[in-house]
Amino acid sequence: MSPAIPILLALGLGLIGWLAARSRAWAFRKTARAGGAQLHSLPNYHGWYVSLWAIVPAILFALVWNAVSPGLVLGHVLADPAAASLPAFGIGRDAILSEAQAIAGGQMTAAFNPQSAPLVEPFRIAIQRYSSIGIVITVLLGFAGGALAFLRLRPGFTARTRVERAVMGALLIASLVATITTFGILASLVFETVRFFGFVSPAEFLFGTHWGPDPMATPAPGMGERYGAIPLFWGTIFIGAIIAMVVAIPLGLMSAIYLTQYASPTLRRWMKPLLEILAGVPTVVYGYFAALTVAPVIRDGAQAIGIASASSESAMAAGLVMGIMIIPFVSSMADDSIAAVPQAMRDGSLAMGATTSETIRKVLIPAALPGIVAGVMLAVSRAIGETMIVVMAAGATARLTANPFESMTTVTFQIVAMLTGEGSFDHPATLSAFALGFVLFLVTLMLNFIALRVVKRFREAYE
Amino acid sequence: MSEISAMTRNERITARIKQRYVAERRFRALGFVAVLFSALVLAFLLFTMTSNAIGGFQRTELRFPIDFSSGAITVDPSQLEGPAALQALEGAGLADVVNFSAAQSVGDSAAAQLDDSAWREVAKRLIADPAKLQGKLDVSLPVSDDLASAWRGEGDDELKALASQLKQQGKLVRALDLGFLSRSDATDPQAVGIWGALKGSMLTMLVTLLLAFPIGVLSAVYLEEYAPKNRWTEFIEVSINNLAAVPSIIFGLLGLAVFLGLFPNFRSAPLIGGMTLALMTMPVIVISGRNAIKSVPPSIRDAALAIGASRVQTVFHHVLPLALPGILTGTIIGMARALGETAPLLMIGMRAFVASPPDGFTSPATVLPVQIFLWSDEISRGFVERTSAAIIVLLAFLLVMNGLAIYLRNRFENRW
Repeated sequence: MSPAIPILLALGLGLIGWLAARSRAWAFRKTARAGGAQLHSLPNYHGWYVSLWAIVPAILFALVWNAVSPGLVLGHVLADPAAASLPAFGIGRDAILSEAQAIAGGQMTAAFNPQSAPLVEPFRIAIQRYSSIGIVITVLLGFAGGALAFLRLRPGFTARTRVERAVMGALLIASLVATITTFGILASLVFETVRFFGFVSPAEFLFGTHWGPDPMATPAPGMGERYGAIPLFWGTIFIGAIIAMVVAIPLGLMSAIYLTQYASPTLRRWMKPLLEILAGVPTVVYGYFAALTVAPVIRDGAQAIGIASASSESAMAAGLVMGIMIIPFVSSMADDSIAAVPQAMRDGSLAMGATTSETIRKVLIPAALPGIVAGVMLAVSRAIGETMIVVMAAGATARLTANPFESMTTVTFQIVAMLTGEGSFDHPATLSAFALGFVLFLVTLMLNFIALRVVKRFREAYE
Repeated sequence: MSEISAMTRNERITARIKQRYVAERRFRALGFVAVLFSALVLAFLLFTMTSNAIGGFQRTELRFPIDFSSGAITVDPSQLEGPAALQALEGAGLADVVNFSAAQSVGDSAAAQLDDSAWREVAKRLIADPAKLQGKLDVSLPVSDDLASAWRGEGDDELKALASQLKQQGKLVRALDLGFLSRSDATDPQAVGIWGALKGSMLTMLVTLLLAFPIGVLSAVYLEEYAPKNRWTEFIEVSINNLAAVPSIIFGLLGLAVFLGLFPNFRSAPLIGGMTLALMTMPVIVISGRNAIKSVPPSIRDAALAIGASRVQTVFHHVLPLALPGILTGTIIGMARALGETAPLLMIGMRAFVASPPDGFTSPATVLPVQIFLWSDEISRGFVERTSAAIIVLLAFLLVMNGLAIYLRNRFENRW
């Protein structure tokens, strides 16, 4: 059942309540003015007060009912004599039930499974019955709430204060969502990670050097040897923190320096949006670019200079493209930190006869270094969490090698691989994705935390 | 050595200055090269995608006439109305008629290469105009992927010969394929389209917007205008800043563990995808919203409070309308990022093969970036072109959104 109808009804009641309460308040105002008195609140606030009482409880009920009623419908259908012939357990039973429900709801026209046909009618009756109960209670609640609120209206009624209190409540709830999300992430990751560590010891996971989970194998003692994540950590660091940064740091830093210190205003006006476009290209496009265009070139190039092991999915291709993706990020962070260096330092250096490049290298960059380092840390945290480029270009083999032309896998790749396979949700291979996600979350959190601290300190130093 | 010492002091200084100026020019050139490199990479990326995409917006078609006047199809015109029209035509043997006409015009071997669902396009034209059942109809129908590759000069020799022969006769052509924008996923690159993915993306974005925008704006208002300065507020701020930097795949894990745990029936539904992306987009909206609210000068608030407005009235009647352009800019940028996001949606199962556009928020769907990812796994040349075409469509959407954001920023930017 869709909650749309009861919600629309509740909103309609709210509208009626709003209009009624407002016109009543206008009437109050007329009589009050005649007696030389004033309303406490504007008529609109009376309207909002009543419509809030009409809408909020009714919609809350509609949502709860929407969550509860499928269970009630199912219970009703199972109590029907036609349900006695159902198989006791398993997929067959669920399939028959869901098919009957779909036919009764009108999403399907004909049944594949003959057993579901006798159940259609009970389902239709039950759905009808519970959805009409839901609608009736919703309307009653909305009406009762609105009417009670309406009866409270008086010329001196503090409608505005009450409405504003409700608004403040909504603001507070909205601001809690971010915190709840953080806790939700932590809780779900920790919960699944603990389950994973029930199969594989943390030491084996964090320090083992062989990664080769088999999602189809039955969990057995000793399989912890297959869950050593060191090759994944190494692949992640090698691609995200080494190759990508070798590309992104010099290019990003030099771009920022050129655009802030040398470029003419016209060039800057054109180049800054261009860098922003580079940052706005979706990662799946970069991934496709890496896999289709960059990787073959790198493989052929490497084979031409005599590296026979070069594969078409290489750490180099993924790292290079990831570096390009990170350039605008490094550049804008460096831009900010260079701009934060006081003008007096730059002027002082130039006045002493230093050239612009000497000023940049010997004064601006050392002074902006904390900010730049923090920017690089943020860039690293973004690179190691990047998924699509490595999924499409880096390969699936977990290897401990320093050869950038071989295929290599990363933490994010394995999370995707483990969770999009056929494995069941209780299997250690699936759970390992959550453990990897937990490690990734902690590392990025740490990098961000330190970086934001450094940036804050650095800002304060010059203020 | 003797040369240097032989120089006068003045000459030595001049030489050193020259050297320093050379270093200066070198440094400057290096900076320019760095900027140029980024620009070139972007140009190259767009060039590769566009040049591949040109083929992706086309398909290989066979052109031949079908003669219905001989009465090969006997369908009552009343049957051509309503949803059963397609079945009626199928029952009347339209597919055979199409194949027969093709065989007569272009030969058996070419007719065998007609796409399996080609007759459906004829059927659609007949349903649109039943009068055509009486006369001759010139059609241009898609061929199989094999013949399409042969047209490019790949694959089987026999097919290549056939393709070049038909090409010379003008019966096998490469034509603009507008249907690419209105069909859904399929197994044959000749028959795929992106409408299903596009619709999935729109539904997902709608859910994201409906959730992230109100929550984001309200929390920005709370944190910027009302929140007391205490540890709890600080904690909320820290968690928002951290959420903005958490890798997107982690949100996918959250969506998988929490949302799919709560609603196991909605696997790969736009509702769940939109909820997951909303959590990711919300911090972006909060941060940009706070900046926009912060930039409204305090004098506005003071004036409103001074003439007796309450604190809620001050904010909702005066501060928020002034901050709205800035908030909208941030929202559009956040939405553009969510539109291009792939990894979290893979986690919650939006990678299934979905051959029809989603009906609603709870039916299985895929989104544009995921569709690109799925097609990129296919090795056929046809799919390479289709993938690039889909990428161009995605980039066009992003460009429009970002252009809108820039326009809003320039149009409504207030300098106080």
